[in-house]
Amino acid sequence: MNRVVITGAGTINALGPNVAETLAAMREGKCGIGELEFQDVDRLAIKIGGQVKGYDAEAAFNRQQLALFDRFTQFTLIAAREALAQSGLSFSGELAATSGVILGNSGGGMTTLDANYRTVYEDGKNRVHPFVVPKLMNNAAASHVSMEFNLKGPSFTVATACASSNHAMSQAFTMVRSGMSKVMVTGGSESMLCFGGVKAWEGLRVMSKDACRPFSANRNGMVQGEGAAIFVFEEYEHAKARGAEILAEVAGFAMSSDASDIVMPSKQGAARAISGALRDAGITPDQIGYINAHGTGTAANDKTECAAVADVFGAHADQLMISSTKAMHGHLIGGTGAVELLACIMALRDGVIAPTIGYEEPDPECSLDVVPNEAREAKVDYVLSNAFAFGGLNAVLALKNA
Amino acid sequence: MSIKDKVIEIIAEQAVLEPSDVTLESTLEDLGIDSLGLVESIFAIEEAFDISVPFNANEPEKSEFDIASVASIIKGIEQLVAEQAA
Repeated sequence: MNRVVITGAGTINALGPNVAETLAAMREGKCGIGELEFQDVDRLAIKIGGQVKGYDAEAAFNRQQLALFDRFTQFTLIAAREALAQSGLSFSGELAATSGVILGNSGGGMTTLDANYRTVYEDGKNRVHPFVVPKLMNNAAASHVSMEFNLKGPSFTVATACASSNHAMSQAFTMVRSGMSKVMVTGGSESMLCFGGVKAWEGLRVMSKDACRPFSANRNGMVQGEGAAIFVFEEYEHAKARGAEILAEVAGFAMSSDASDIVMPSKQGAARAISGALRDAGITPDQIGYINAHGTGTAANDKTECAAVADVFGAHADQLMISSTKAMHGHLIGGTGAVELLACIMALRDGVIAPTIGYEEPDPECSLDVVPNEAREAKVDYVLSNAFAFGGLNAVLALKNA
Repeated sequence: MSIKDKVIEIIAEQAVLEPSDVTLESTLEDLGIDSLGLVESIFAIEEAFDISVPFNANEPEKSEFDIASVASIIKGIEQLVAEQAA
């Protein structure tokens, strides 16, 4: 089996328009969540989110591109450009033929859908723009990345709600590890911060009106975010031979299904994914220094996740650090695991553990070291990134110091 | 139909029971209504009475809306409907 390393990273999210600014914001414990700005926001009960502000689409894309690119595709391409530039790779011949794009996404072109429903239902028009379908389809982002960078290998989009990106990156990892591809572009994106997107979430009554406070006893729900993060996964010898900078190594992964409830998480399902990732990476629980938690800030997730970590790690659960960066960038749903992988890379490469901000009151059901409110310097060799989706579909990645 | 009877009808439908099987003392747990069933019941109540019920599934105990029993739910709805009319 081949070793797999990360040789490029890119992002745009509520914390910043690139990796450097995002990591700086995580280090400073900045909050990217604020007042939502879009049409009809006054008709929502939930008016906050991790929205990408000050974004100029026309600076990144021309008129023809904008007619075809939904916001989630735009974010994906911006992140992919940064990641591919950092990797220094260009694709032609055999490398192009075997390299592909696997991305996570849940809502597809939700803002395109929302705007065009408004056109036909509310405005009563009988005509929509001809590109609505190619703009809103969930695989549009993966396809446009393949076109922009000449990636002709296996490419598709994974939709497993809040675990989409982790499932996508796990799949990309297995393809490079098995030797099927030398390089895979992977990660994920989401943009559902529009009237219909937030209204649908309101209905479940799990959203917070004021802040995301993971693991804090006074937490009162999740807050949505938007954006993308894209990575270049490359076979180790291939990267070494060309002198590429290695950000981190992907050591293992596991996926599991709770097979129990469409919204309530299961401790057993989460624990099986966590322990499976350790086994796949060939490491013992005590080697894990940091876990980037799923940590949504809901009553149900946070206590279930902490119980699963306590089960898998035993006494070591009190030694490791576990933080949720969702309090800073919001829950990017299908894109969240990708943005959160950046915090894992920062922990391994820079020795900085991103904090769980908004932490106010200890919760006896979440009594782990959640790195409250302030980033911490610590040397860690292995980290995990958790994602537990609605529908009970879980995916956990293990990363190693390069 | 009174508010009480309408709320009982909604809860009974969610619990797949006859309204006569739902007593004022029943808790949602007694009736086999889980968290999703509760959210769906509240939605049906909001639609039936054209009100907004302040309920966050993350902190049911902190909500002004008491879901401890069928009686407390009816009381909460009666209050919201009265406030709406005022």
